[in-house]
Amino acid sequence: MSAIHCHQLCKTFHQGDEIITGLDHVDITIETGEFVCLSGPSGSGKTTLLNAIGGLDTPDSGEIRMGDLRIDQLERGALADMRLHHIGFVFQAYNLIPVLSARENVEFVMQVQGVAAAERARKARAILTEVGLEGLEDRRPAQLSGGQQQRVAVARAIVSQPDLVLADEPTANLDSVAASHLMGLFASLNENHGITFVIATHDKRVMAYARRLVKMQDGKIISDEAQ
Amino acid sequence: MAAHKLHFSVLLTLSWRNLWRNHRRTGIMLGAIAVGVWAMIFMTALMRGMVDDMLSQGIRNLPGHIQIQHPDFLDDPSVANSIAVPGAEFEALLQRLESKRWTTRIRVPAVIASERETRGINLIGIEPAAEDDVSGLPALLSEGRFFESPLDGGVIICAKLAERLETRLGKRVVVMSQDPDNNIRERGFRIVGIYRARLPGLEEFNVYAARDTMQRLLRIEGRVSQIIVVGEDYREIEPLYRQLRQQAPPGLQVRAWYEIDTYLAAMFNMMDGFVLVWVIIIFLALSFGLVNTLVMAIFERVREIGLIQALGMRPALILYQILMESTLLLLIGLGLGNGLALATIIPLQDGLDISVVAEGMAMMGASSMLYPKLTASDLLLANSVVILLGVLTSILPAWRAAKLDPVRALNST
Repeated sequence: MSAIHCHQLCKTFHQGDEIITGLDHVDITIETGEFVCLSGPSGSGKTTLLNAIGGLDTPDSGEIRMGDLRIDQLERGALADMRLHHIGFVFQAYNLIPVLSARENVEFVMQVQGVAAAERARKARAILTEVGLEGLEDRRPAQLSGGQQQRVAVARAIVSQPDLVLADEPTANLDSVAASHLMGLFASLNENHGITFVIATHDKRVMAYARRLVKMQDGKIISDEAQ
Repeated sequence: MAAHKLHFSVLLTLSWRNLWRNHRRTGIMLGAIAVGVWAMIFMTALMRGMVDDMLSQGIRNLPGHIQIQHPDFLDDPSVANSIAVPGAEFEALLQRLESKRWTTRIRVPAVIASERETRGINLIGIEPAAEDDVSGLPALLSEGRFFESPLDGGVIICAKLAERLETRLGKRVVVMSQDPDNNIRERGFRIVGIYRARLPGLEEFNVYAARDTMQRLLRIEGRVSQIIVVGEDYREIEPLYRQLRQQAPPGLQVRAWYEIDTYLAAMFNMMDGFVLVWVIIIFLALSFGLVNTLVMAIFERVREIGLIQALGMRPALILYQILMESTLLLLIGLGLGNGLALATIIPLQDGLDISVVAEGMAMMGASSMLYPKLTASDLLLANSVVILLGVLTSILPAWRAAKLDPVRALNST
């Protein structure tokens, strides 16, 4: 089954009098368990596509389907529910809620989902151990390094086993060692848990981990190749 | 249900932690709410105490909570409009009343003359044994003695009147009035007591004599001007009033204090409205700070709001979270404000001496000791206004936070 199917997606932005094309008739299908990198220069439309797939932004026209669900037709509340139950997000920065500890950040999504406290605590502990943050559970984001914060974000994104993880420039603020650790973690989660990853990046080190590389330019897909 | 509990728990955690993100701002806002609430409660207690004192003094001067008299007495308070002293049946009714404090009075216009001056007065004939319960006159005596029997031959006058008549305790004065046949009746009285008026402007011309002596002077044996009934509390006289209206003998008019003195009634009725206006004015001043605090708190974490939207928090939950944050702030501020108010009102229960402005207070009909009066309804009003209007004022910033576009929020700097 396809995780995501986009058909003829279009999106434009207005910047003063200027109209900027974010997505220009984009067609893409991402199968369950794939590890896809969206690459391209700044303004190529990769973040816009990621936001549209994640229901953070609505396209001007076209269709986005997740299974039988028409994401582009959902209202705000339903989109929030869809993200809560089906999608995990990892952003470039400012990924964590600063007033919550690492464990509480990981538990946050489960808490909103309505998972019982004991189960939340067990899952959070297990996933934080898996991402190498054992012993740091009670630290607030400000007490963690950039790499550790991204790991917490990854743990939060995958703890409730979503169908899809969307990551937008996840290594942009990390040094090469931390970036390499993070990508290794993504790859292992994809392999071991079968989680579908779609990562927007222009970092060549990240692209090296991809099994499918989609290149974008001016809102269009200019190449789509398996690696 | 369980999910709602979990939502409440996560919202509460976020709200509480966010509240203390900026200690200084939260502290300043809490201080402002606490001072505002204190001002609401403390000033209301002072105003309530002052108005209560003015009403009590005014009612004592009427006197009584309920008066029973001839229907024409208020228009023409002459001896012609007198009533019979209560018969056995009516006396039995008065004795059965919840409050057994009642007395009869004669009240006529008269002229008093000393060897130097003459003045127009209200000549009031009282029953010595019952007067203490009704007007508290015995306690006001500054010189001399109170009446020893209903046939006492002395008069008690106000110190101010004594000054005007250029007379003093022990001197004789002549009192003149008219009997029911309009014949001039006069009699010499010895001044046996001088009292200090609580409200000199109003009481100065009240001259007291023993009731039976006055009946003889005016040739109205067995008749009085009024029956005065005093209840437990002037605010709660309705049952007593209804009972008296239903059971009083025909031909008598029963009137409550608020019908006799409409100025006092207006003051009483205005007080609740005045308290509400006062509380709302303070709240309005407070609300600007509250809204500003919330707007700043939201402005500082727009990206975070975008993040929790991206993680799947519904807009309604974001709205509830901001409202909960505001509610927590208000509740803590209310706690502090109530504590501060109680801490300042309780030590003043024995009265606040405002004799520096005593003359001004006396002109308004209040005494020189101010007793703050804290009522449960005023406390409830202040707290309810702050919490209800506070939450209402928070809805707009909370709603705007909930309506933020997640992509724009995440990209904001």
